[in-house]
Amino acid sequence: MSAELLGWSIFISQIFLGLAMVLAAVRVLWGPRAQDRVLALDTVYVIAATLLLTFGIRTGGTLYFEAALVIALLGFVGTAALAKFLMRGEVIE
Amino acid sequence: MIEVIEVADIPLWAAILTSLLLLIGSGLTLIGAVGLLRLGSFYERVHAPTLGTTLGIGSVLIASMLFFSVLQTRPVLHELLIAAFMVVTTPITLTLLARAALYRDRREGNEEVPARRG
Repeated sequence: MSAELLGWSIFISQIFLGLAMVLAAVRVLWGPRAQDRVLALDTVYVIAATLLLTFGIRTGGTLYFEAALVIALLGFVGTAALAKFLMRGEVIE
Repeated sequence: MIEVIEVADIPLWAAILTSLLLLIGSGLTLIGAVGLLRLGSFYERVHAPTLGTTLGIGSVLIASMLFFSVLQTRPVLHELLIAAFMVVTTPITLTLLARAALYRDRREGNEEVPARRG
């Protein structure tokens, strides 16, 4: 009973998160300006970390948790660097 | 490496609570992504994904903590690491990004953003 409930809810939440990731990816491809793309890429990183956590609950292992931690860390570094580039990196004007 | 634990022996209340938290978290993340796609300007869009970075991943982290604590019959708290990290880093990145966007808009002479004071 509880295993069935957990299995179905993990399945549904993974579908939700996958859909959210697709929407954010559409914004990455379609975003009219560079800051829109950077914001959507940051969203994709966060959704990927959340999705890995749901995989961790499904399998019961701790390996996915560490992957989610690394993804959250790299997402922060990447977004901060891209924001800094948008602020300073306009070489050709 | 990935050991599959039999989840059938988890009590029903923990399963219901974990499922509820998972659905709330993923639903809020989905709403944030829809907002990211649908809202009009960048300064409106920058608010939408914070649903996913605060309550979305927070609910999933609480669900994971609850699930592993009940499953292993000891408190499993290492998810707090991700939670603290997200709480610290999300305002920093979005502030940097919004300031960069404001700088770019002002530089192009966009009329919609407020001018620099002083």
